Amino acid sequence: MKLIPAISRQVALALGITTTAVMSMPATADVDMSGKVIEWVIPFSETGGSAKWANFFAPLLADALPGSPTVLVRFMPGAGSTKGANWFQKQTNGDGTVIFGSSGSTQFPYLLGDPRVRYEYKDWNPVMATGTGGVAYLNADDGAKFDGTANNLKGKTYIYGNQGATRLDLIPALAWDMLGMDVEHVLGIKGRGDGLKMFESGEATVDYQTSSSYLKGSVALVEAGKAVPMMSWGSLGANGDVVRDPTFPDMPTFKEVCEATEGCQTSGDSWDAWKAFFVAGFPSQKIAFLPAGTSQDIIDTYVNAFAKIKAHPDFATISEKRLGKYPMYVGDEAKAALAAATTVPASAKSFVVDWLKSDFGVELKK
Amino acid sequence: MEIFLEALPALGQAWALILQPQVLGYLALGVMMGLCIGVFPGLGGIAGLSLLLPFMFGMDPIMGLALMIGLVAVVPTSDTFASVLMGIPGSSASQATVLDGFPMAKKGQAARALSAAFASSLFGGIVGAAFLTVFILVARPVVLLFKSPELLMVSFFGLSMVGILAGRIALKGVVAAGIGMLIGTIGEGPFNGELRMASYDLPYLTDGLKLVIVGLGIFAIPEIISLLRQDKAISDSQSLGGGWLDGIRDWWANIWLSARCSIIGVVVGVIPGLGGSVVDWIAYGHAVQTTKDKSNFGKGEVRGVIGPESSNNAKEGGGLVPTLLFGIPGSGSMAIFIGALALLGNGIDVGPSLLENHLDFTYSIVWLLALANVIGTIMCIALSGTIAKLTNIRFALLAPFIFMIISFAAFQSGQNLMDLVALFAIGFLGIMMRRFDWSRPAFLIGFVLSNPVENYSNNATQIAGIRFRDGMQPGLDYILSPIVITLIIITVVSIIIGLRQAKNILAEGDVPSGGKRAPLVFLLVLMSFIAFALYNTASIPDYARTDRIFPVFIASICLVATIILLIQMMFAAETHSLFADRENSGDDKTASYSLWPTLAWFAFLLILTSVTGFIIALAIFLTSFLRIRAGIGWLQTMLYVAAGIAFMVFMAWTLGRDFPPGILQSYTNLPWPLR
Repeated sequence: MKLIPAISRQVALALGITTTAVMSMPATADVDMSGKVIEWVIPFSETGGSAKWANFFAPLLADALPGSPTVLVRFMPGAGSTKGANWFQKQTNGDGTVIFGSSGSTQFPYLLGDPRVRYEYKDWNPVMATGTGGVAYLNADDGAKFDGTANNLKGKTYIYGNQGATRLDLIPALAWDMLGMDVEHVLGIKGRGDGLKMFESGEATVDYQTSSSYLKGSVALVEAGKAVPMMSWGSLGANGDVVRDPTFPDMPTFKEVCEATEGCQTSGDSWDAWKAFFVAGFPSQKIAFLPAGTSQDIIDTYVNAFAKIKAHPDFATISEKRLGKYPMYVGDEAKAALAAATTVPASAKSFVVDWLKSDFGVELKK
Repeated sequence: MEIFLEALPALGQAWALILQPQVLGYLALGVMMGLCIGVFPGLGGIAGLSLLLPFMFGMDPIMGLALMIGLVAVVPTSDTFASVLMGIPGSSASQATVLDGFPMAKKGQAARALSAAFASSLFGGIVGAAFLTVFILVARPVVLLFKSPELLMVSFFGLSMVGILAGRIALKGVVAAGIGMLIGTIGEGPFNGELRMASYDLPYLTDGLKLVIVGLGIFAIPEIISLLRQDKAISDSQSLGGGWLDGIRDWWANIWLSARCSIIGVVVGVIPGLGGSVVDWIAYGHAVQTTKDKSNFGKGEVRGVIGPESSNNAKEGGGLVPTLLFGIPGSGSMAIFIGALALLGNGIDVGPSLLENHLDFTYSIVWLLALANVIGTIMCIALSGTIAKLTNIRFALLAPFIFMIISFAAFQSGQNLMDLVALFAIGFLGIMMRRFDWSRPAFLIGFVLSNPVENYSNNATQIAGIRFRDGMQPGLDYILSPIVITLIIITVVSIIIGLRQAKNILAEGDVPSGGKRAPLVFLLVLMSFIAFALYNTASIPDYARTDRIFPVFIASICLVATIILLIQMMFAAETHSLFADRENSGDDKTASYSLWPTLAWFAFLLILTSVTGFIIALAIFLTSFLRIRAGIGWLQTMLYVAAGIAFMVFMAWTLGRDFPPGILQSYTNLPWPLR
């Protein structure tokens, strides 16, 4: 078949064949999952970054788990992922046939004390986490006015398809607000894929995507001259500073654009709040969980399987193409990532709650 | 022109890929699996793919694709069996087929209806593929023309079909559609997640009701109960008049209708976000509007089968456009298709680059789909004569197994015992709507379009507001594009024609009138539900007003409409069609059994399941039903029960599905099928 290079299939096969050679993990009584159907529940629609993330890992996981079970990705969109997370909270069968992929949009309402949140991260068992980044971009007309600062972008109304004020979309919304751009938010978008279509059809005039969706969908628009990249969110440097995203080394970060823009401060309350929520939302954005009450055997089986995937020599290259250059955390590292993703300073939370109330009319308890 | 010249070699390569013996073999295998699953209502979809995935992983991409497409493509063909033979809409694609297909089966023309349907499906599938081959090259800009106002108008156009299907009293049709929409809004609001007619104490409702449950409840349960009360076979006549050749002749005589409906199918299927759910109703409406003698619709008019069946396979082809070009699935099966494509791991991702880089691959998908239709249809036609004989079996022997299958299917939608309760509740509503001649198709259209109408109207008004702030011209350009204007004209014409003709089109047959009390009581019950919906959603606080507007608006219209109906009832004579009531004459009056004991059998299965779990409940239910109601001997009963349960367990086991558990299961630890 001379169709296309069968990228992930090759990896998967290679992983299958070389499993024993590569493995150096202690093979403690892994639970045999053969014949099982595992549902990997993603609380978003089929078109966003989480979908790509789960679709990328699902076949690898199926192969890495003992007994090669079937792994199905199941989409359960609604209320910007709160619906799926509330559903997952109620799952109590600990046989490892249900796993859940949470995202920044699941973390934020939890952090903000949204009344609809009926889930508790502390109950769940994290087994794997990955980070990501994000890129904001403008339509061609306004993009022409962009000079590395937002100075020429003021005094015009932009339209943005927003998944919900308390979701991950808080990061672009707050960033644009800090830059002094007047952005109107059309709420209730089912996933960022729908946002992209709104942007391409001209209904929305500004958009943002997480790295994997940007690489796959938006880059084509940039190349066709229909979109102009504005900034990435950046990535977290060793000393805790925001530095350029290694996936987009040539693109300025929001921090750089903000510094260059009149009236935008990279210190003070709003910057601290933005940064705190960025740290919670992006560097450890997507986390795979087993439900509350899962036995340690099953948790270990999953941790070992993800470690096996990560240990493969080709993994970094393959995942870079599909997901971007971001770290993957397994086991205890994933627990640490979860802790980073679900804690923000009280001052940052309080600032964002006030800001949401004044800009979106959202009532949240401090 | 250049773009088409480039496409030709790609088309050639696609055919070279497809026409390999192994590829065709896998395609046929996929079709066979799809047939086995598709004949059972409510399965298909995710259940079918879970069956496939273990085989598919690591397969050659084109082979895996053939297997998968074979399975996905044949589901809208094979679910026609359930629609025609038992009046059960197998999936959203075959709801409209029930309206005339099932009456044909009752008249003993099941084989004829089936083969007409299959011939139409086949033709629709091929027309769809041919159209797509050219259209997909220019589709991207066309799809992008459909913004929120356009999508909203398409939804309205779908809703306008209510006009044709409303029945004799147009207002009753409006209320039926409105109640469908209100039921569609149950659960968390789409914009702010406020609860509507639900509570976190009853978590099942926060997710909203699923189409499978509402479709089965509103159409299948009333028909099954009604047939069961008469204690005879589905078909009136013993000889299967009208064999499968007649059906093909019917299709040939209506080939232009079939062609037009196929085009409707592809075009509507292309529109992202709406796709499949309304295509068959639009095609049915078109079939009605273009037929001179409309008196037979709802009583077994073959054009009412050919229309929707031509469109529903063509739609699958159209649905590929938003799926492959934008990564936005047009239907449930397409959503799974995207996921499976990624699992196939051939490095191909759906999205903008697919056409430029992998046109040959895209064409392979289009034509594999068409070819799968051909293979599937031939198999279905070959089977239709035999399967149609089911309609000659005494219904009391068939009914318990149908209850078994629809309960299992309903449970698959949410894996929750509440699925069965919801099925029963909607089923009861369906029975009452059927009895008092409230349009069930209108209800279902309202339910299906509830979410699209709410979403698109919210987006469109918000964006239009911003545009108008920029000036009059940008605002008008946005809301009154040529497409919107065209759609408004089509919709208005369709409503006017529909209302003028609605009195002649009795989609659910003629219903006699007489007796004021029962119809009045039902109207009051509906009114109180509407009033509750209004009160409940109007109390959503201001910061989440976007979740409030739509249900409050719909409920207000319904309330006004029911008040007008109430006033009309006060002044009308009891022979007026306002007081339609099936219990007054005809089959329902002369039925050997009355409604309540028959319904109690189904309730019995439900309650038993909640106590002992599904399989044990099934054993008790089947045994007692066959002994007491059907009155057959012990030996026969045991044989049937064993076969039924073995079949159920086999299905669940191959598909890796569980059964509804009961109280017993929460205290004991039984081995699998009993668990």
